[in-house]
Amino acid sequence: SVKKLLKAPAVEPEVTATSRHYVDRLFDPDPQKVLQGVIDMKNAVIGNNKQKANLIVLGAVPRLLYLLQQSSSSMELRTECAVVLGSLAMGTENNIKSLVDCHIIPALLQGLLSSDLIFIEACLRCLRTVFISPVTPVQLLYTDPTVIPHLMSLLSNSLRTQEYITQIFSHCCKTPEHQTILFNHGAIQNIAPLLISPSYKVRMQALKCFSVLAYENTQVSMTLVNVLVDGELLTQVFVKMMQRDQPIEMQLTAAKCLTYMCRASAIRTDDSCIVLKTLPCLVRMCSKEHLLEERVEGAETLAYLMEPDVELQRIASTTDHLVAMLADYFKYPSSVSAITDIKRLDHDLKHAHELRQAAFKLYASLGSNDEDIRKKITETENMMDRIVSGLSESSIKVRLAAVRCLHSLSRSVQQLRTSFHDHAVWKPLMKLLQNAPDEVLVMASSTLCNLLLEFSPSKEPILESGVIELLCSLTQSDSPALRVNGIWALMNMAFQADQKVKVEIVRCLGTEQLFRLLSDPDTNVLMKTLGLLRNLLSTRPHIDQIMSSHGKQIMQAVTLILEAEHSIEVKEQTLCILANIADGNTAKDLIMTNDDMLQKIKYYMGHSNVKLQLAATFCVSNLIWNEEDGSQERQDKLREMGFVDILHKLTQSSDPNLSDRAKTALQQYLA
Amino acid sequence: MSGQSSGGGFLMSVVVHGDSALNEQEKELNQRLRRLYPAVNENETPLPRSWSPKDKFSYIGLSQNNLRVHYKGHGKTPKDAASVRATHPIPAACGVYYFEVKIISKGRDGYMGIGLSAQGVNMNRLPDITFAKAGWDKHSYGYHGDDGHSFCSSGTGQPYGPTFTTGDVIGCCVNLINNTCFYTKNGHSLGIAFTDLPPNLYPTVGLQTPGEVVDANFGQHPFVFDIEDYMREWRTKIQAQIDRFPIGEREGEWQSMIQKMVASYLVHHSYCATAEAFAKSTDQAVHEELASIKNRQKIQKLVLSGRMGEAIETTQQLYPNLLERNPDLLFMLKVRQFIEMVNGTDSEVRCLGGRSPKSQDSYPGSPRPFSSPSHKASSSQPYLTGFDSNCCNGVTSNKSHSSSPHSHKPCPPGSGSTLPASDISLNGSRSQQPITRGSSTAVMSKLPASQSNDVDMEVDHFTNGVTESSSNGFLNGTSKHTTEPDDCDADMEVESAQSKRQLCGGSQAAIERMIHFGRELQSMSEHLRRECGKNSANKKMLKDAFSLLAYSDPWNSPVGYQLDAIQREPVCSTLNSAILETHNLPKQPPLAQAVGQAAQCLAMMARTGSGSCAFASVDDYLH
Repeated sequence: SVKKLLKAPAVEPEVTATSRHYVDRLFDPDPQKVLQGVIDMKNAVIGNNKQKANLIVLGAVPRLLYLLQQSSSSMELRTECAVVLGSLAMGTENNIKSLVDCHIIPALLQGLLSSDLIFIEACLRCLRTVFISPVTPVQLLYTDPTVIPHLMSLLSNSLRTQEYITQIFSHCCKTPEHQTILFNHGAIQNIAPLLISPSYKVRMQALKCFSVLAYENTQVSMTLVNVLVDGELLTQVFVKMMQRDQPIEMQLTAAKCLTYMCRASAIRTDDSCIVLKTLPCLVRMCSKEHLLEERVEGAETLAYLMEPDVELQRIASTTDHLVAMLADYFKYPSSVSAITDIKRLDHDLKHAHELRQAAFKLYASLGSNDEDIRKKITETENMMDRIVSGLSESSIKVRLAAVRCLHSLSRSVQQLRTSFHDHAVWKPLMKLLQNAPDEVLVMASSTLCNLLLEFSPSKEPILESGVIELLCSLTQSDSPALRVNGIWALMNMAFQADQKVKVEIVRCLGTEQLFRLLSDPDTNVLMKTLGLLRNLLSTRPHIDQIMSSHGKQIMQAVTLILEAEHSIEVKEQTLCILANIADGNTAKDLIMTNDDMLQKIKYYMGHSNVKLQLAATFCVSNLIWNEEDGSQERQDKLREMGFVDILHKLTQSSDPNLSDRAKTALQQYLA
Repeated sequence: MSGQSSGGGFLMSVVVHGDSALNEQEKELNQRLRRLYPAVNENETPLPRSWSPKDKFSYIGLSQNNLRVHYKGHGKTPKDAASVRATHPIPAACGVYYFEVKIISKGRDGYMGIGLSAQGVNMNRLPDITFAKAGWDKHSYGYHGDDGHSFCSSGTGQPYGPTFTTGDVIGCCVNLINNTCFYTKNGHSLGIAFTDLPPNLYPTVGLQTPGEVVDANFGQHPFVFDIEDYMREWRTKIQAQIDRFPIGEREGEWQSMIQKMVASYLVHHSYCATAEAFAKSTDQAVHEELASIKNRQKIQKLVLSGRMGEAIETTQQLYPNLLERNPDLLFMLKVRQFIEMVNGTDSEVRCLGGRSPKSQDSYPGSPRPFSSPSHKASSSQPYLTGFDSNCCNGVTSNKSHSSSPHSHKPCPPGSGSTLPASDISLNGSRSQQPITRGSSTAVMSKLPASQSNDVDMEVDHFTNGVTESSSNGFLNGTSKHTTEPDDCDADMEVESAQSKRQLCGGSQAAIERMIHFGRELQSMSEHLRRECGKNSANKKMLKDAFSLLAYSDPWNSPVGYQLDAIQREPVCSTLNSAILETHNLPKQPPLAQAVGQAAQCLAMMARTGSGSCAFASVDDYLH
């Protein structure tokens, strides 16, 4: 079989001879010689990637695994095999792939059942190296359900087992399912004591475990807040790890743990460990004195921490000149690095995208609620230019982050009126909308909604760029978020719009699609569609024109919604549409001739919800308005139907708006 | 003081209560300042503790122990602005300095400024205010509440931070290492405000409109901002800088220098076996004969165990001309002998039946080279004050070199003591170092006749006494029979022994002997004065020693410190240095000298405004 193995390709001849010799010795009938062969191989491969690759190609791995698994092998031999395999794994990603293909993982996991600690440690070390590689499928750790509990039980054996196992966990916990498996096998209780281990490596890996376990996991986070380590609350242990004399890696990871626990609602956002410790620590991580990777991670974590809380955003915005500090994230690669140091240039280039997207994310989070902060951000040097160029960067991550940032800033009326218009941000935004992944589309279309608000000076140029078709196509998307944004933008566009625009919207969207949206399972879509209808049905000529062409379908849709189970808001919006229809000249008849609809209006006038009463009364008031043709007949008809009695009753309402509205309506009868 | 009147009872109790609260606050303040700024020598550079009633503009009113500042001008124009400085400038040895100001009321317009200023700055304005034309005083730095701008020696501000108002706590941190300053608001750092700050700035606040009131916290209360965490970062930075001090190509040189220092230290303190072993393993030559080292060791041990009579005797025996040429040194040794007699530890009184309290007999460790945490003030002094300072007690060493060769009797093999390496780190219990009685007795019998006087005769006599009594185990009174004088008693019984202390060990004969010795000392002093002129140090020394007799319990008297075993150490090192000088060896080991120099260097850094001295304490490197 040795001969056969030697046929393997792609081995450089001059190295082959020595490499082959190492492999040959693994097949020696004398176990002592085999052992010596493995030891020699170990010494030969250390730090020698070429040698490692050769041995793998020459088939050393299956033989080593065979020797490792043989119960007839001596413990020493088995251990040395694990050590050599661990060394081979330290090489290139290709090495790892080959090892995984040879089923090294189950073999090593099997080895963990041994009672020999040195052997177990060698197996774990190798497993660690294999699992932390991005090419290894993490799922392999969870295939055999007995593995995780066994690893938990090995945690108490030695500092080395602790370091390797926690490192494996922290790299292999990628999904909520993984979190649950580890949690259910007592990860928290088993790993918490390691946070005060005498070994820095163990403390660090244990800390990393907690950060991956707590990420977006309420169950884990809620459990963590009650854990005591040597009589001290875990949160306090994390706070200590954030002390400024601790290594940066430890400060950063501890801050991540507390951030995740806070976002999972296990710690309040106004807790001092968040406000006075975690937030300042993360702001510090963004400073120039740290490594680029640390600055990226710090900014991303900080953005995540304060996203939902305006108070944290306000504090961060004044901490350590954060807003100005982030401007530096855009200066890579710097002109200095390009000239002086090729290595540095390479490093800077590699991180430049990451830095930019992290900065955009953090700006987005900072500016998501507070107008003053948004102003501060837009006033940062070249900010709008940076966003504009970010929108068309090749890296999708940067594009997404840039549009998120733009979206956050677009919530500012003032910015929409000024900087957004000055920098014509709508242009790259429209370009971005042409063909982008859903993630980007959601953000971009959401931003577009704000740019289409009636006071936005960008509204006109956007309209002229043929946006209606694009928005209508969004309403047909499978993603509810995109449908909402599409219809929302149309709604904003229709607000106080020209007849021409309204007609174009109806034409382009098509009544069929409009009614499909009125039965959309997503309430948001329904609400915005109703809003669109309401905006379309404003000013008398528009109402009559649209109702004359689509009256039948619209009345049908209104009926359906009023009859179905819907929220108060939906019904209110629908009644408002009805009130708008009642305001038309000819459109009124569509209601007056529909007794069923009149009964519905009457019903809602007596509804227990004031908002619905108000909307229905508004509708009646429009129907009986004096100065219009045929008002007398309408008044008579409604009196016959008992509306006057109801209006009298409503004048007694405790709600001043409602009683006023009812009185105004009754006055129409007196004139 | 107040409240004598009968009606003032209530008032008085309030006052008293206030006083105790004040004392409590004072205590807390002192504790906090010591913890924050351990490197500051307040005798040289006192820390700011309150606003200065003298260093303020008249529109400023102070109250609440000069911590509260209020505005009492009319506040109509910017010219009505007024400032007050703290009592002292910020010492550089703080490294990082911090104070906080709470805005009690923003008053009419909230034009408060918080910051720093140098002496000589006009107090008629906020710390660097704005509200006026150019030409504002130099070296004034402020952060203003109304607009959140920072002002740096100019009338125009820079946008800096948020505005602040009633209820906010504003902190100001001066980093004396990189000469920058940042502010905090309600515990959050706002980022660097100023760079390139000059030295000796005073904490300062300025107010400008009626009703403005602010309270300062110079350490009276816990700070809102975690300044200690910030200091930790800088301590780590400075220490990393020291640890990574580049030695470049000279690594070998570096190593051999350190080895030489260690070896010379061991030799200096007479750790002969250790020195020998160390020299051998590092391939070095020892510059002193082994026998000589052992002799010095013997003498030191006698001094440190309080057996001064024997120590003087042995010195005279081994170094015949030394004390003759150093009358001041001899005098000092004798005074110490007198003190040991009072203590009941000197051989002369011990043999007179006095039971020696063990606490006085036991000696905490080997010579203490550097300060040890428990006895910082007293023991570290002679070493840390460096180059030229003669070891305390004012003994001036006149550089007389004895050229005569000494005839040392070599120690018998095996009697040389070995010192475990760990013992260098002080206070450890010492390995037993038997004094060879045989050799010591032999030495005694060879006393030169010329030196004979009462004392010497007595010593001779007592030497035998020691020999006898030690074999009877009188040393510890716990029937621990030992055939050798054991100067390494366990510390365990120290406490119980404290209460049994009696003058000269309680023996009447010993007291008489002590008084007699005192008279001799007196006449020696007079003789010295006639021969060598007045010596105030000698005079004081004698006076202090005699003062012990004025108290029924000398140990608990104001001069009782002299009886502490610690006080033997300066005597011991002075004697040791004198002996070494006669051999043309340095009177201080280079290691101690280097430590002293480092300490001096730090003190000099503090004086010249280099804040990093705060985080480079020599003590941190001495364990």
